[in-house]
Amino acid sequence: MGELRLMKGNEVIAMAAIRCGCDAYFGYPITPQSEVMETLMAERPWDSNGMVVLQAESEIASIHMVYGAAGCGKRVMTSSSSPGISLMAEGISYLAGSELPCVIVNVQRGGPGLGTIQPSQADYNQATKGGGHGDYSLLVLAPASVQEMHDFVVLGFELAFKYRNPVMILADGVIGQLMEKVELIDQRPRWTNEQLTEISGNWATSGKLKSRPKHVITSLEMDSSIMEGNNLRLQKKYERMKDEDVRFEAIECEDAEYILVAFGSAARICQKTVQIARKKGVKVGLIRPITLFPFPEKLIAEYATKVKGFLSVEFNAGQMVNDIRLAVGGKTKVAYFGRMGGIVPTPDEVEAALEQKLIRG
Amino acid sequence: MAEVSDRIKEIIKPENLVYAKSPVLNDDIMHYCPGCSHGVVHRLIAEVIDEMGIQDQTIGVAPVGCSVFAYKYIDIDWLEAAHGRAPAVATGIKRVMPDKYIFSYQGDGDLAAIGTAETFHAVNRGENIVMIFINNAIYGMTGGQMAPTTLIGQVTSTTPNGRNADLNGYPLRITELLAQLPGAAYVTRQSVQTPAAVRKAKKAIRKAFEIQAMKKGTAFVEIVSTCSSGWKLNPVDSNTWMEENMFPQYPLGDLKDGARTDADLYRIKG
Repeated sequence: MGELRLMKGNEVIAMAAIRCGCDAYFGYPITPQSEVMETLMAERPWDSNGMVVLQAESEIASIHMVYGAAGCGKRVMTSSSSPGISLMAEGISYLAGSELPCVIVNVQRGGPGLGTIQPSQADYNQATKGGGHGDYSLLVLAPASVQEMHDFVVLGFELAFKYRNPVMILADGVIGQLMEKVELIDQRPRWTNEQLTEISGNWATSGKLKSRPKHVITSLEMDSSIMEGNNLRLQKKYERMKDEDVRFEAIECEDAEYILVAFGSAARICQKTVQIARKKGVKVGLIRPITLFPFPEKLIAEYATKVKGFLSVEFNAGQMVNDIRLAVGGKTKVAYFGRMGGIVPTPDEVEAALEQKLIRG
Repeated sequence: MAEVSDRIKEIIKPENLVYAKSPVLNDDIMHYCPGCSHGVVHRLIAEVIDEMGIQDQTIGVAPVGCSVFAYKYIDIDWLEAAHGRAPAVATGIKRVMPDKYIFSYQGDGDLAAIGTAETFHAVNRGENIVMIFINNAIYGMTGGQMAPTTLIGQVTSTTPNGRNADLNGYPLRITELLAQLPGAAYVTRQSVQTPAAVRKAKKAIRKAFEIQAMKKGTAFVEIVSTCSSGWKLNPVDSNTWMEENMFPQYPLGDLKDGARTDADLYRIKG
């Protein structure tokens, strides 16, 4: 059993980064996730294992520092919150286009614009549909607990290198600020030069040896036929993610007549709603997508023929509900309930919405 | 004809050569226009890398602009950065591989307009990198628009009546500003329009790489350059125009020569 601690979600992101052997973190302060960099600075991992932690002059600089360090084959990450992620969008597109692995954490706050520092899930579309320009996808993990904040940093790096693709941890202000018990992994060493050669030696810009041609990290290609090929290669990779790395949790869905679909903090509220509804004799289940991209569309399609309806519960104006509708394909009712502007709904509110929009509606 | 070709073959025998192209500069035909300074600067960088024996330890960061394809010509590992972000990309590389030689290569639009923040902060942190700045006072790649360094009165496709300070602001002497920053170790302005200037520019680039090896702070080399296509002049007239118009505004020479400033000058008392 690893070390047990009581920690904030944001602090745990930092601890997991250090302990899994991350090489570098570049970031810029923004509420509600500033504890990530503060914890890293307090822990001083450069003294213990050589991990680089640097406060950049902006989110734009942060993501391009990530690009540079990731190009060297290292394990690199950044974190921010919604407006900061918007600033990073161009850089994220470059990372995806150049097929560089990295972990990006978005502890979402309410928008649009400067919005609010209160929790939100309004960046679902931005995270799952690209966010920057061009046809690309991030692999998106949605933690619903402080433990998952920890685990998804570790998993995030594994998946980032499996696919040579940026991975986004799409959290929200609730999970970021929440304190819970967490089991930390034991300290793992950073990759040695020998490991780096094995893992990224055939593409990383680590210095051109006489024995190999130069490595160039770029997303640029002026020949349209080659550029289309590059795009097709990316699309194939995203299809492979759909085949191999869809993650979800299905709670009390076996006998369910209605299914709530929610991710992150919203899923925790819905878990309580399931209990409340079942006490009243309504058979309700919960599907919690853990990967938002790839989305568990097959699972939802399967249940679409079995249930009377799905209710998508989100802290936004209804974004994931569109992915549910696509998966359901008109086979059953799909409704949405959500709150915005930093308001977190109660389990009873969700239960009332279920009653009104699906059971009686 | 056969006689002439035989004579040429005789002349270019290896033992007759007084100069050979560095193998670090590859044989691809450059996409640059006749009279452009980029090709010369690429060659100088390749020669410095070759002479210092650091080909396997040097990583270049290419910009967006005419030199976006710089990575095609110099036989080292490269990252192609987003427009203006080369100093941030170079920072990321240098921080995780502090013993490698990292240089960024940027034009005036990239370094002094869209990337101003990254430029200033990389130098202010005293990142141990080399920054090469090609200043030709115009956007070449996009078709001759106004650059931050475009001179007052200079005609470009977005200043068809000449740059007007009321409308477009002033030419930005970013190199003078950067020389004020405590993180800068070596800041110099050079050109490559004559053999003597080329030799001086090469010395400056070599010195910049040596400063990086000593981790003394940021080494910044501006090359005042020509853009025959953008300026709509032939290569010879471009050189003359540069000497007459650019040099008075962007005077050549060293602006800072030493090392990062002692941080104790800025330390709190408590």
